[in-house]
Amino acid sequence: MPLNIWRFASPQAFYSLAGKLVPWFFVAAALLGAAGLYVGFFVAPTDAQQGDAYRIIFIHVAAAWMSMFIYTVMAFWCAVGLIVNTRLSFMMALALAPTGALMTFIALWTGALWGKPTWGAWWVWDARLTSELILLFLYVGFMSLHAAIDDVRRADRAAALLALVGAINVPIIYFSVKWWNTLHQGASVSLTRAPSMARAMLLGMLLVALAAWMYSIAASLMRVRLLILERESDSDWVRTIARKEAVK
Amino acid sequence: MNWAGPAEFFAMGGYGFYVWGSYGLAAVLIVAELWLLVTRRRTLLEQLRRSLDMANDAE
Repeated sequence: MPLNIWRFASPQAFYSLAGKLVPWFFVAAALLGAAGLYVGFFVAPTDAQQGDAYRIIFIHVAAAWMSMFIYTVMAFWCAVGLIVNTRLSFMMALALAPTGALMTFIALWTGALWGKPTWGAWWVWDARLTSELILLFLYVGFMSLHAAIDDVRRADRAAALLALVGAINVPIIYFSVKWWNTLHQGASVSLTRAPSMARAMLLGMLLVALAAWMYSIAASLMRVRLLILERESDSDWVRTIARKEAVK
Repeated sequence: MNWAGPAEFFAMGGYGFYVWGSYGLAAVLIVAELWLLVTRRRTLLEQLRRSLDMANDAE
């Protein structure tokens, strides 16, 4: 029997699917996070140049990768919403934004705390750092623009346009260390050649990155469920849920 | 094992402030995000119930 995936474009159908998935993603995040941090702190050796300060890498890289990835996914759902006019697509984009902004902030903050002991500076206006800061402004701008427009459908479309225009920033962040002379380190991990770092360090990095991914999905699904309840509050199925939760 | 004991672990070779400042804030923000989601859900459902009760009373 073919699986009709378009069924899940309905907010009601997606609400219950997401509800079933959320706990699994949290469990995955917790397990991967625990494994990654264990490897990062207890297996990976001390760095010859940076000492133990380098251990910030595990949270910093995970957050930075997620900040870019979430924005890309957010922009994707904005495009789908604009093209196919599905309400749920816009809701998903809006649900992703706060988690993406959080990841961006964590990347910037941990980067500053790593930069101070290793570069001697909390901040420099180099290409990678500046474009990541701009990413934070784009996330905040997306959420603010949406909040500023009363009509939800117009807000969805306006914010979606902003997200799409801002999407050019993601490849800029990614290639910044290649295109410009930056203080920030170049790419150590590539799809085409062997990584230039110790295996345990790489393993820790990948595990925490996966954990961050699972966490981001869980948090975003939780948030989209709230958006669905808010936007569909006039419908019978939402009213039933509201009444049912009162009984608990 | 990298650490001779908890003291060494927390010291992080002298970089404890930077390492734990990073992980500490990340942990705080993640907990905050989840807590905000939980309270937002609770408030929303209470509001929905209240408006349903008012609608019932009005009938």
